[in-house]
Amino acid sequence: MSTAAIPYPTTGLAHTLRIYGKETRYEFMKLLRTRSFSLSVIGFPVMFYLLFGIANRNSYGGVNVAKYALGGYACFGMIGAALFGIGVGLAAERAAGWLELKRASPMPVAAYLFAKCASAVAFGLIIVATLMVLAVALGGVSLTPTEILKMFGMTVVGGVSFASMGLLLAQLVPANAAPGIVNLIYLPMSFLSGLWVPIRFMPHSLQHFAPALPTYHLSQLVLAIFGYQDAMAASAHWTALAGFTMLMLGISWLIFHRREQNA
Amino acid sequence: MPAIAIQEETPAMLKQAATSPIATLDNVTKRYDTTTALDGLSLALHPGEVVALLGPNGAGKSTAVRLMLGLASPTIGNVRIFGSDPRSAVTRTRVGAMLQVARVIEALKVREHIDLFRSYYPHPLPFAEIVRIAQLQGIEDRMFGKLSGGQKQRVLFALALCGDPDLIFLDEPTVGLDIEARRGLWQQIRTLAARGKTVLLTTHYLEEADTLAHRIVVINKGRIVSEGTPAEIKRMSGGRQIRCHTSLTQDFLLTLPSVTSVIENAGITTITTQHAEQVVREMLLTDPTLSGLEVASPALEDAFLALTKS
Repeated sequence: MSTAAIPYPTTGLAHTLRIYGKETRYEFMKLLRTRSFSLSVIGFPVMFYLLFGIANRNSYGGVNVAKYALGGYACFGMIGAALFGIGVGLAAERAAGWLELKRASPMPVAAYLFAKCASAVAFGLIIVATLMVLAVALGGVSLTPTEILKMFGMTVVGGVSFASMGLLLAQLVPANAAPGIVNLIYLPMSFLSGLWVPIRFMPHSLQHFAPALPTYHLSQLVLAIFGYQDAMAASAHWTALAGFTMLMLGISWLIFHRREQNA
Repeated sequence: MPAIAIQEETPAMLKQAATSPIATLDNVTKRYDTTTALDGLSLALHPGEVVALLGPNGAGKSTAVRLMLGLASPTIGNVRIFGSDPRSAVTRTRVGAMLQVARVIEALKVREHIDLFRSYYPHPLPFAEIVRIAQLQGIEDRMFGKLSGGQKQRVLFALALCGDPDLIFLDEPTVGLDIEARRGLWQQIRTLAARGKTVLLTTHYLEEADTLAHRIVVINKGRIVSEGTPAEIKRMSGGRQIRCHTSLTQDFLLTLPSVTSVIENAGITTITTQHAEQVVREMLLTDPTLSGLEVASPALEDAFLALTKS
């Protein structure tokens, strides 16, 4: 029988899209139901913003503090969602053998990575939306529709960019140490690039170090939405952020490839 | 009655003779940095048979499964599944796997796990059918994290069935389960066999291999030690045991044909022999006072220990 030679018809685009859709939906639901993730990743930026951003309603030289802090804590929130959602989540699933079971199935690996990335971005959007509501409602901040849209746009950019770092960390870090190690990178990096306290209030030596951090470039692009950016050109920030993302993805790919060959 | 024994063993053997294998490991060696997990292992799975890969921990059972699932590649040798590369997406739509997973996503419901895995396959089994075979009725809407150990294993078993695969790998499916849960899963594995699926099962429970498999492949240190039907494996381990009260001396018993050992303990003599009938006949003739006679096949456990000792 000649038909026996073709056991299954080639699968169509609709089938592939369905896998991406379900994978993403369930990844998001899993993160939302995992309280240790969802509460902390949303709760910390919101709490910090209430304490350090909104409580201080002053203006310094045309800069609204609550609005300036909105930019910083928005970055802090979206980066946290990406690093914890992907870095910690993927490391745990890899170590537990869950990823291996999925890889033995016909699931496209790209669908798995897309779901992780899209869920991190979705959490970023939730965090940034919450912060904007608080800023307007409690901080006396006014936001134009364009600013709001640009904030959401930059959240997608930031989420995708730092998803690449989460991916790399997930490959390098042992699962049980992942939350600690991610915090050890995430918290100092956030502080040193001025996400909590504006850079201009920090010692000069630290100010010079900030441009070495990807978080600095993301925060400058976000602050530029409000016209609060430093002197450096926007193109330099875009280049730095794109370079950082490529570097993270490149190293991840190399490690993944080497593991595959040794598997 | 020899006729029954032949009937029992024929189906699997007929299938082997009539069809070419659907999965093969061809002289496969797998080395990790310092250890050799598989050492020139060849294995062929024929359509419709249930094969148990039996061996102690670290024998290479899981490595063999990982190679056949395309999760690892052989250092030397060749792996073919349905005539092609196990890593190809089309091959994977025809294969199901139950692996040892330390921690499954706990914040998803049973229904959601199954829904997601079904979406990976072009022709999945209907949801209700999966639930029925894996006996998940009543717990479909429970979070995975809230299930008992046996229920968790059944969900993993269900995930292996989602694509209605022709070939199913079960890596230590009942490890850590209590005897009741284990028997339940055995029944479900038999259901698969009855549907004509090819099953490769790894286990270090000998009873499990004995009760489920048409064919047992005993491996140790990455090599095949022995291969055959459960009955053959038992036979290879050195015959049957005769136990009785007898006045015959050890020296005399050892002169009887094919007797390999005689042990006397608390008035009971245990004789190991290949030809139990001959020995019993001789003993009854020479010792009219003989009493409490028992003849037993060794448990598969003993056979297994004898085979993997060296």
